[in-house]
Amino acid sequence: MKRAPAFVAGAIFGLGLVLSGMTNPSRIAAFLDVGGAWDPSLALVMIGAIGVFAIAYRVIARRARTLGGEALHLPTTRYVDGSLLAGAAVFGVGWGLAGYCPGPALVSAAAGALPAIVFVAAMIAGMAIAGKRPG
Amino acid sequence: MGLTTGALNSVIVDVCPPIRYLGRMSVVTPLIGGFLIGLSASIALAFDGRIAGISGVLGRLVFGGDGRGFRLAFVAGLVAVGVIAAEIAPSALGARIAPLPVIAVAGVLVGWGTRAANGCTSGHGVCGVARLSPRSIVAVITFMLTGAATVAIVRLAGGWS
Repeated sequence: MKRAPAFVAGAIFGLGLVLSGMTNPSRIAAFLDVGGAWDPSLALVMIGAIGVFAIAYRVIARRARTLGGEALHLPTTRYVDGSLLAGAAVFGVGWGLAGYCPGPALVSAAAGALPAIVFVAAMIAGMAIAGKRPG
Repeated sequence: MGLTTGALNSVIVDVCPPIRYLGRMSVVTPLIGGFLIGLSASIALAFDGRIAGISGVLGRLVFGGDGRGFRLAFVAGLVAVGVIAAEIAPSALGARIAPLPVIAVAGVLVGWGTRAANGCTSGHGVCGVARLSPRSIVAVITFMLTGAATVAIVRLAGGWS
């Protein structure tokens, strides 16, 4: 099955989100609430994920090929522009308001959580407003 | 699982004083969850040559783009875990922190923002930072700052209730 690794990767990603607490909006809010009752533990999610992927990326990027011998599809844009800054800033506001970013929202919506279903529908609408971007 | 993780958690907190700062909060599960997310991103790159950025995977799945097969399978994996989690770990799916109309506005902001920035917490936050991409590092600092500011403003205004 050519698509098995992608399915497994998606499932492992979802498991990681559920296990780490990323699917709980209250914990996201507590993580972002630096001046209040700050719960920094979710920083460990990023540290753990970055640590693993930093090593794997270096190994795979050196080969410059997938295990199947195909070319890698890596982002090539290097410069910081207004679109990046505005997009990231607006994303942060939405993340802080709802406590959902796209991955946890998808998992929670699939689990049947009504707020997450509303969020994902609105998110797709927001993507449509932004239109298709290069890259 | 709960017991084992709890025991492991207290051992780590006892052995490593800096981590004690985190108090009784779960330390092990975020770290293991993070390792899994890193592993997932590694599998996506090793087998499909793709960055596991959820906003890009979903956005290009819905609105078109190359790598449709990969995106469809990846999202199917995410969705499958959500369906199973609802059965075996419903407590992991927390309650909403704002009224539904606010959640809807937030969704639009996240959709627009992640497309404009070409990435979110996974594509920029995990994959981009691990690749030391200047764009991603700037994006992460930016969304962390505006996210923290938003939560602070909501708290100072007395919350939604």
